[in-house]
Amino acid sequence: MTMTPAGRATLDPPAMEVLQGILAAHREMEGSLLPILHAVQGAFGHVPAAALPVIAADLNISRAEVHGVVTFYHDFRDAPAGRHVVKLCRAEACQAMGADRLAAEVQARLGLGWGDTAADGSVTLDPVFCLGLCACGPAALVDGQPVGRATAEGLVAMVGGGA
Amino acid sequence: MPRDAAARALGADRVAEAITAEAARRGVAVQVIRTGSRGMVWLEPLVEVDVGGVRHGFGPMVPDAVAQVFDGGPLALGPVEALPWMAGQTRVTFARVGVVDPLSLEDYRAQGGLVGLTRALAMAPADVVAEVTASGLRGRGGAGFPTGIKWQTVAGAPGARKYIVCNADEGDSGTFADRMLMEGDPFSLIEGMAIAGIAVGATKGYVYLRSEYPDAIAMMQAAVRVARGAGVLGASVLGTGPAFDIDIRVGAGAYVCGEETSLLNSLEGKRGVVRAKPPLPALEGLFGKPTVVNNVLTLGTVPMILADGGAAYAAHGVGRSKGTMPLQIAGNVARGGLYEVPFGITLGQVIDIAGGTATGRPVKAVQVGGPLGAYFPPSLFDTPLTYEDFAAAGGLIGHGGIVVFDDSADMARQARFAFEFCAIESCGKCTPCRIGAVRGVETIDRLIAGDVAAAPLVRDLCATMKAGSLCALGGFTPYPVLSALDHFPDDFLPLREAAE
Repeated sequence: MTMTPAGRATLDPPAMEVLQGILAAHREMEGSLLPILHAVQGAFGHVPAAALPVIAADLNISRAEVHGVVTFYHDFRDAPAGRHVVKLCRAEACQAMGADRLAAEVQARLGLGWGDTAADGSVTLDPVFCLGLCACGPAALVDGQPVGRATAEGLVAMVGGGA
Repeated sequence: MPRDAAARALGADRVAEAITAEAARRGVAVQVIRTGSRGMVWLEPLVEVDVGGVRHGFGPMVPDAVAQVFDGGPLALGPVEALPWMAGQTRVTFARVGVVDPLSLEDYRAQGGLVGLTRALAMAPADVVAEVTASGLRGRGGAGFPTGIKWQTVAGAPGARKYIVCNADEGDSGTFADRMLMEGDPFSLIEGMAIAGIAVGATKGYVYLRSEYPDAIAMMQAAVRVARGAGVLGASVLGTGPAFDIDIRVGAGAYVCGEETSLLNSLEGKRGVVRAKPPLPALEGLFGKPTVVNNVLTLGTVPMILADGGAAYAAHGVGRSKGTMPLQIAGNVARGGLYEVPFGITLGQVIDIAGGTATGRPVKAVQVGGPLGAYFPPSLFDTPLTYEDFAAAGGLIGHGGIVVFDDSADMARQARFAFEFCAIESCGKCTPCRIGAVRGVETIDRLIAGDVAAAPLVRDLCATMKAGSLCALGGFTPYPVLSALDHFPDDFLPLREAAE
């Protein structure tokens, strides 16, 4: 990413090419903004701010509208996540099995709060409200893989953490 | 051998590898088929071996014990269908889940699949709607609106283009029936949507599936490809019918998008804010066109209704709560999972089926119907599970999630969480929900800190949210809060002191 004199970030040419490819692939689709944003996050690991005006122009909507959608949904990130992503369920069925205690323990071991990424970029800790694994709680999703009856030791080991 | 996400979360993939390796070591030819889950989550990973057409179970299996699958041992459970958990159920919507290979259309046909769609194609669309109306099927997403009447409204609405939208944004904690059906029998949902399309004259369907379910997303995408390839979907349904096709759309982590109008906005590529009703989505829904919005379980039950007739389905259940409900027993339970029964079973019977708590401590409370559902104390455990009885007891069945808490639960904390959750997930459109949830957290904190004067304020706030919110998020958040206050006053220190 480079900065223009005005201080606004723009995408470098290879990234722009990727984005244009995503936009072209979605041109025939109705209601395409969410699929586009998922594809952008899939390609870049986050939704770069510099991509928003390009998407807005392509869909013929305002930048504010795109910004509004990106910020409405919990899934879209404005910065890349860590190499591992731990999503820990905070909802009631997991609470009944000690999810609050587990969350405190995982936060302490990783030294991260909700939504934080470790300074070395190794792991991101996100809250999630229900993974549909409510009969084997507390539950987590580590790099997309479901984990039932999760323990702090097990989760930390999955993301390569010691201690 | 299930590939359901819950089974995988408990190690099913490692067990499958171990079985393949053990078979190779023994020189035995085995075919490992990854099915959905039977719903006995405490037995997962549950391995089933077909012996002369009868499935014998082994579980909960661990990689080190796979020799028992070949030699027998303490993990052998005998015929799976004879286990009390299975024998006590009436499996209608979930008849095929855990039995078939989810992506095999041959399996699906062999177990009664596509009979309903074939019959619907031979009927007048109005007769298809009438069959669904006769079944008494009500929306299984939570609101319980009669499905046939919704379809009739869409069928009668003028519009060159109509849509079938499946609400697969199953965000309620303690619910996983949609996930299990999509992972275990995706064709039943596809068939149900195609029947809905024929009935109301829609040619396009969307499944709005939450991003928290990566396994279900992959399964539905694969199943739609198989159905298209086989001509079940496409330019002509089954080669003789009208056009119908389905797209899978992935949500982005917003609970409120399970509300049908915010779901429609999200599908249109907008922020998932709630729309005011009227207009009803049935008349002005997706892109302003007449739209059927139904839950996964609702649409997944439709093929059976068309195959066996509406009367066969209506024969189950009691009163105006007809048919079966796939209950999801979760939280702190010894035996949790999916249990499909006719309406009318009591909450206490469900807890007996679950074998009490996992921790072995007494049950303190049961939350029914997700994060917006009421907390029931043991004194109300004789309440029968019907829409009407639950409404009369100040609760709701919702999507059939039943979350059990033991006596270590702090109900003041749970009431606070209900407001906190509402504040996090509020779409922001209406004031009672957006502001009320934040004020609710603050006021409950005052109450917990010992300010007894905060109690009437919480009740007042709940009344405002209940009456003034646009949708169920703000409107039903008072259910868990008020039920905690009413049934568990001892957990709120100042209320206990005031009583003494």
